[in-house]
Amino acid sequence: MDVKYYLRERFFPHMWCAGCGHGIVLNALVRAVDGLGIKKRDMVMVSGIGCSSRISGYVDFHSLHTLHGRALAFATGVKLSKPSLNVIVPMGDGDALAIGGNHFIHAARRNINITALVMNNRTYGMTGGQFSPLSGVGTKATTAPYSNIDREFDTVELATGAGATFVARTTVYHVKQLQSLLKKAISHNGFSVLEVLSQCPTYFGRKNRKGSAVDMLNSFKDGTVPVGSKKKQDNPELIERGVFVDKILPEYCEAYAELVERATAK
Amino acid sequence: MAKKKKLKRHVINREWCKGCGICVAVCPKNVLELDSKEKAVAARKKDCIACQLCEQICPDLAIEVMVKYVEESASGDK
Ligand code: SF4
Ligand code: SF4
Ligand code: SF4
Repeated sequence: MDVKYYLRERFFPHMWCAGCGHGIVLNALVRAVDGLGIKKRDMVMVSGIGCSSRISGYVDFHSLHTLHGRALAFATGVKLSKPSLNVIVPMGDGDALAIGGNHFIHAARRNINITALVMNNRTYGMTGGQFSPLSGVGTKATTAPYSNIDREFDTVELATGAGATFVARTTVYHVKQLQSLLKKAISHNGFSVLEVLSQCPTYFGRKNRKGSAVDMLNSFKDGTVPVGSKKKQDNPELIERGVFVDKILPEYCEAYAELVERATAK
Repeated sequence: MAKKKKLKRHVINREWCKGCGICVAVCPKNVLELDSKEKAVAARKKDCIACQLCEQICPDLAIEVMVKYVEESASGDK
């Protein structure tokens, strides 16, 4: 396939650092959209602020670059006004779950048909490597030089608890799974959350002595297992990959259309 | 008859490649390497099995693996 068909070539080479995992998400995303056969004019990307949010500028879809943490609110407006569009909201871990935590849980609760993509590199890359709610206890950051004491969210558990009807996780090492989960998340009729573990070699990697981008990718390979794997029972440190929730409940735009019909019926 | 995927050529965009070495590390056949300018090159094309992993994992979308599908030769069949 010709990936350039989906890109705004004038912005390339992109601004992400060498080896940044966010580029792998972009790579998988254009392949997933191509695989689904969705037309560019039917795709909308709505992002907030951060290195992750740049992804919306690189794709040749409709795109909105909005406020930090508030992309889901803008996306809700887009989706409600034109439910036929496919709306994807790419967010960083801080954008999604710190600044945007409230929007995140309520979008999930409403079950609006939007795909929330949480590109989790456990740091704020754009502003210089501060710790985020996904960094975890014991990690180092520019704002935690003696190590972080904040416990982290588990994105999958949070999304599940808030009512998302499709919840999945993978890493940028697992590109085939990433493409297939992107397709499932986009196709799902309801609020879908896909957490993608991604590497920031420049800040999280350097601060935590995680080595090169290649070393960080290898740690995704070694540190994760498919959902339900027996290995997880022996080693609880391992992070599970795969689909955690996949169910159908009333979708928000459809419920809204029904409400309008009821209210306007004689 | 079964068709087999074969390499035509690698198209590597040297303007976009940032020399991260990810493609070099993930290639199962050790086909790629970084040259003196820290750009990826297909140094051992003959070993390439056209799996296309390098193009799918490149964070800079700098590699395209052009492939062709050829009929499996009779001698190759069991
Ligand atoms: S700072 Fe980190 S997240 Fe931002 S572009 Fe660089 S590697 Fe990627
Ligand atoms: S993965 Fe891409 S950017 Fe990195 S060295 Fe290979 S071609 Fe260059
Ligand atoms: S297509 Fe596969 S075998 Fe060929 S260079 Fe790329 S990763 Fe290596």
